[in-house]
Amino acid sequence: MGMTITEKILAKHSDKSVVKAKENIWISVDKLMTHDVCGPGTIGVFKREFGSDAKVWDNESIIIIPDHYIFTKDKHAARNLDILREFAKEQSIRYFYDAFSPSYSGVCHVTLAQKGHNIPGEVLFGTDSHTCTSGAFGMFSTGIGNTDAAFIMGTGKLWVKVPETIKFVFEGEFPKHIMAKDVILRIIGDIGVDGATYKAMEFAGSAIEALSMEERMTICNMAIEAGGKSGIIAPDNKTIDFVKEKTGKDIDISCLFSDEDAEYSAVYRYNASEMESVVAKPHSPDNMAFAKDLEEQKIDRSYIGSCTGGKITDFIASATILEGKKVVVETFIVPSTVEVDNQLDSVKIHGKSLRSIFEDAGCSIGPASCAACLGGPEDTFGRTKGSERVISTTNRNFPARMGSKESSVYLASPYVAAISAITGKITDPKKYIK
Amino acid sequence: MENIIRGKVFVLGENIDTDQVIPANYLVYKLDDEEESKNYGKYAFSGVPIEQSGLPEGNIPFVKEGFKSEYQIVVGGKNFGCGSSREHAPYALAKAGVKAVVAPFYARIFYRNSIDGGFFVPFESQESLTTMFKTGDEAEIDIKKSEIKNVTNNKIYKLNSLGNIAKIIEAGNIFEYAKKAGMIK
Repeated sequence: MGMTITEKILAKHSDKSVVKAKENIWISVDKLMTHDVCGPGTIGVFKREFGSDAKVWDNESIIIIPDHYIFTKDKHAARNLDILREFAKEQSIRYFYDAFSPSYSGVCHVTLAQKGHNIPGEVLFGTDSHTCTSGAFGMFSTGIGNTDAAFIMGTGKLWVKVPETIKFVFEGEFPKHIMAKDVILRIIGDIGVDGATYKAMEFAGSAIEALSMEERMTICNMAIEAGGKSGIIAPDNKTIDFVKEKTGKDIDISCLFSDEDAEYSAVYRYNASEMESVVAKPHSPDNMAFAKDLEEQKIDRSYIGSCTGGKITDFIASATILEGKKVVVETFIVPSTVEVDNQLDSVKIHGKSLRSIFEDAGCSIGPASCAACLGGPEDTFGRTKGSERVISTTNRNFPARMGSKESSVYLASPYVAAISAITGKITDPKKYIK
Repeated sequence: MENIIRGKVFVLGENIDTDQVIPANYLVYKLDDEEESKNYGKYAFSGVPIEQSGLPEGNIPFVKEGFKSEYQIVVGGKNFGCGSSREHAPYALAKAGVKAVVAPFYARIFYRNSIDGGFFVPFESQESLTTMFKTGDEAEIDIKKSEIKNVTNNKIYKLNSLGNIAKIIEAGNIFEYAKKAGMIK
């Protein structure tokens, strides 16, 4: 019996040559990522358990990326940043993207890709449930809590249950108005928010192979919204080129594929050309509807940002729609990282920068961070305060997720969020995208 | 670990996510500061829409006043603890005084955090028990027998055995377990 790509990666990081789904194994960890919300707690457990003068297992393998509560006057949030600073200095952490410093980057999952930390075949843990985003690079990556992260910090090891894998195959070509966000929202709608609990989600097929690395990240990013332990896409030449551009290194991916006789707990097949634009209605990511069936639904706000929908490809898609138009509802643009923020100036459509397209359309542009995707402190940019109905490119629409308990969030692709901002109603982008 | 867990029951629905367990704006409190961390108890389950808080009637806050709840056992529906990986979620429940949660199954990060951090015992019920208990009922969990009794009406329901994670729970948390097993000093 062959192995899935996930089983192969986990076997290579264990003391076994072959591992099977559901087996509990100890593995060596390549990288640990933490941020300002869970970093301080992790550091607290690390010191409690390993001693106040203990050293981390490897100061080049722990990546600290403050990104959640940066642009706020909340004094506790500022204190969290100080705790990270002190720890990074004390431990000589090599990769620390400190807030309010020249190295500040922004949203951790996008930063990991842009700074060359995502390497095919590696094992990454992070104190954030969307750590599964990095699976787009053909690596095993998943979210953990403070205690497990502190354990890794001290030992470089962790126990895992080898997940079963569900495979999602998209053959053919996606229509032009379909984005990765539609793909993953469709999958979550089909299998439910617990459809992949404890499992790895593997995405394959010619339509997936045709996607950019950013779009692949969007798909893997929301594996957790189906309960998935991880999302993964086998690496190919696009992956190699992306990693080479960021690191200067050639990566060998020859072993990184699922064997033909690998065992899957289920396989779902889709005809890519038949996909429709999808919206997840309040208050659950699996509350799926087609955009075309919601066209009477009014909205009060559009929000384009986050690890899911705040990458440069997401803003290019939004700007394509918003060019020369005016929004009729308040529209927030939040680049995930400083690099994306800079690209809003350098990337142009018909000679006009994305930033000026957004400004001329009447959008508000905020600084790079997680911002209102998860609500956050009261003064967070774009946070809901009342009963707003938001169309959003983010990943969760649980009650109160974006701030106010009375607000309701519709999750959608950047195309849908941008068009709906112009019409004031949920709108299918099909007839607008040529 | 005591074999019997006894307490008052608080009932919630399905897919209780960690934003409902502890909303994101409270995650700034220090976890290892005794005074400040009491706030996690105070705000536990404060993100649950009030009409779904304390079923079947609803409109029952989990923590009425102060930093502790009067309920020690939470009975929830499937996929309990989904969403964000924040360990503040099981931590907040422990701070509020929760000793056990009973649900058909859990989102995996929450389950792992509850056990590895040693916050409380997450039991899996063999069927959803959200209609078998009312908020305020008295319950008794027998760990060895893997069952929960609704003391209010004397009905008994089977729980799944804790399996090999019982060792981590008995040790206290993943660090104590690893020390016992000789994996760390």
